[in-house]
Amino acid sequence: MTVVGRSVTGAAPATVLRKRPELWRRLIANHRVAVGASVVLLFAVAGLLAPLVSPADPEAQILRDRLQAPGAAHWLGTDGLGRDMLSRAIYGARVSLSVGLVAMVISVTIGSAIGVIAGYVGGRTDNFLMRVVDVFISIPIFFLLIAVLSIYGSSLQLLIVFLGLSAWPGTARLVRSVVLSLRTTEFVQAAHAVGARSGRIMVRHILPNVAPVIIVSATLRVGAVILQESALSYFGLGVQPPTPTWGNMVADGRIILDVAWWVSTIPGVLIVVTGLAFNFAGDGLRDVLDPRRRGPNE
Amino acid sequence: MRRYIARRLIQLIPLIIGISILSFAIIHFAPGDPARLLVDPEQATPERYRELRVELGLDDPLPVQYVKTMTALARGELYSYRSRQPVINLVLERMPTTLTLGLLAIVVGVLAGAAIGILQALRPNGPLDYLGTLVALFGFTVPSFWLGLMLIMLFAVRLHWLPVSGIRPPLATGWNPMEMAPYLVMPTIVLSTGLMGTIARYVRSSMLESLSQDYVRTAHAKGLQRRTVVVRHALRNSLLPVITLLGFTLPFLISGAAIVESIFSLPGVGRLAVDSVFIRDYPVVITVTLFSAIASVLGNLLADVLYGAADPRIQYS
Repeated sequence: MTVVGRSVTGAAPATVLRKRPELWRRLIANHRVAVGASVVLLFAVAGLLAPLVSPADPEAQILRDRLQAPGAAHWLGTDGLGRDMLSRAIYGARVSLSVGLVAMVISVTIGSAIGVIAGYVGGRTDNFLMRVVDVFISIPIFFLLIAVLSIYGSSLQLLIVFLGLSAWPGTARLVRSVVLSLRTTEFVQAAHAVGARSGRIMVRHILPNVAPVIIVSATLRVGAVILQESALSYFGLGVQPPTPTWGNMVADGRIILDVAWWVSTIPGVLIVVTGLAFNFAGDGLRDVLDPRRRGPNE
Repeated sequence: MRRYIARRLIQLIPLIIGISILSFAIIHFAPGDPARLLVDPEQATPERYRELRVELGLDDPLPVQYVKTMTALARGELYSYRSRQPVINLVLERMPTTLTLGLLAIVVGVLAGAAIGILQALRPNGPLDYLGTLVALFGFTVPSFWLGLMLIMLFAVRLHWLPVSGIRPPLATGWNPMEMAPYLVMPTIVLSTGLMGTIARYVRSSMLESLSQDYVRTAHAKGLQRRTVVVRHALRNSLLPVITLLGFTLPFLISGAAIVESIFSLPGVGRLAVDSVFIRDYPVVITVTLFSAIASVLGNLLADVLYGAADPRIQYS
């Protein structure tokens, strides 16, 4: 609890990040972070070790075994082409999580850079950048994603880039608002006074202090991207078959819903659980990283 | 106030121009030639094809095409590549469905979300609070098309309680609420879940804040009933920001409508847009994108104005 006192200077979050052992203890003590992170970690490890842990080839079609309900032979059943659902779910975790992570990195990087510049530089630059953000925020981005992907054809790389490009304005707005309040703090003014250049101030002084906000926003973004990929899969514009993602697995099952409920239901549950996990972790992180939100007994 | 609205409206002009350029550009840099898609393969002579390119203005320089497209749109003379009807008619025809669905989703989402948030805030960290948090999080982590599929499987296929798709019984026409209600139940639930989650989270935290304010303690101290304090003092103040929140969620509702209308085969604007994308009917795509962007921007402005009207502390100048 020694950190709270220091938060007055506004430099606390950066200090907190450097004090790893203490931060680590608090992260584990926060149930939401612990639960969320464990679930994400479980799926991530399963996805990483997919060739080792999955019982079958996710793309092998055994037509004799098609549409088998979950049971001893196939724990999560088989789909309309006789592919093992458990193996597909595990490989799907690999693809869905990577799409989510990479797109998140793209959107958070662009969003943070623009947010820091707009907030710190201010004036006309800020005004211009924020109008661009307004344009992106007021467009129903999903239409454009559908349009662009159907026109240019959906490939994994293109999908990741567009999902990443579509989500930065939210982060930019959030980061800018934090930077605006940091700009007038004493430590920034002091850095300015000793002659630090703007670039240095932004990278060395502002960025570390916006980091908590960025980390939280990034955590929540991964879940959101996985959700978007799955919605695009519904229109056949997500990751293309036979590569399994949870999204295209749900889409695959929709025409056989009345005979094989598990094909759509199971990957959908996985998407929801992953989304919940990222949200739990994100909310928990916010509580841990933001000194103002910390309860008295934590 | 009037000057504030006027200024905001003027600020909208560059925004709308930006949005129109963006949607125009993305579609026009697309590979594939609309004229090729349009010529009847039976009579696809090179002459006919060249005529069509001139007719559609595809040989003009891009800025000229942009200006022509936008003027035609403004005059209601932009025609769909496919049906050859004015795009504006196609959109207006489908507007009532989307508006009905959107309004129902807003009403249901706000009421359900506010109810959940209030219940949570009254007993923070109790079992109801945790349940509420879970429901709210579920609201914005559930893929809407999956939720739609699950509801269809349960209520339409298994239980036969609700119709699978469409907006009114086959052969029926017009807008008979009694006939249409069963068709709108599932679409409304699916479209409102995300909004419900967002509102619930928001109301919970703003209620918690209101409940810890001095004026609430004063109200308690004067001997008012808990119910009166909660509803008249705390709730009224916590619901105010929901207006702003609604403005922000409009684009998501519009995108969501595209998905929901497609799942349940509703004849709305969202489905028109999705269908048009797949058949490369660019005039329709541009119009719908532009319309929905303008709707969200105006929605945001309306939210700000309403907020100012509802909260006497806010002064716009």
